[in-house]
Amino acid sequence: MDSIFYPLLGGLLIGLSSLTMLALLGRITGISGIFAGIITGEAASQWRWAFFAGLLSGPLLYQLLSGTSAPAPSEAGVATIIAGGLLVGFGTRFAGGCTSGHGVCGIGRLSPRSIAATATFMGAGILTVYAVRHLLSGQ
Amino acid sequence: MKILIALLCGLVFGAGLAISGMTDTRVVLGFLDISGKWNPALLWVMVGALSITIPGFWLAQKRSTPFLDDSFHVPENCRIETRPLAGSLIFGLGWGLYGYCPGPALASLLSLNWQPLLFVVAMAVGMWLEKVIRA
Repeated sequence: MDSIFYPLLGGLLIGLSSLTMLALLGRITGISGIFAGIITGEAASQWRWAFFAGLLSGPLLYQLLSGTSAPAPSEAGVATIIAGGLLVGFGTRFAGGCTSGHGVCGIGRLSPRSIAATATFMGAGILTVYAVRHLLSGQ
Repeated sequence: MKILIALLCGLVFGAGLAISGMTDTRVVLGFLDISGKWNPALLWVMVGALSITIPGFWLAQKRSTPFLDDSFHVPENCRIETRPLAGSLIFGLGWGLYGYCPGPALASLLSLNWQPLLFVVAMAVGMWLEKVIRA
């Protein structure tokens, strides 16, 4: 039951946050776009900084209230982390969105562009995990 | 007011990622690994989020403007094109390598582990490279 309850609750909160951003501020909650807007200085508006600050603090707040701690990082090596980060940064900007912008908000708007993008990055993720875990490591 | 709302929305979004287990790369990779012991958590996160956004966005956009702004800042191009598909292919490759998409990576920064920090720095470099080739 817990394996459904917590993910579903978290998803509802993510949806509620995205809906509030659209209904009140008229903004799409796309994390890659918000972060890129800040770091490139292209769109470092106050609402992006405020959302960013909340996004970083939200998990701490939850951990404080629930008495849990952040999950331990995986044992993946430095090269995997750097390659993963580079590809995620480049790819999400080239695609114009990530799991939040295309997945939660774009599908929320029933945009064919976002539905196709989400299917593509999920498919690519599944193929990559399959290749890494079952082809390259020989398991 | 708008700043406070954005801050609160960020807090709720970040808490949602932590509650749902999305800040744990093992959970995400367990979802993407369909040939092993499949972990459906990410599916339930999407079901929860979309059950709010699909009807909610439709209702919200029946108004001509959002409550606190002059217009909706939403993409007008909803066509399927090569660019978002190619970008998503690259994104999915990186996602499957380590298990972070941008939200969970940023939401893990204040855990003060070096892995999320390194990932976010690399992600920022990737975003900067995309900006350079786009220009």
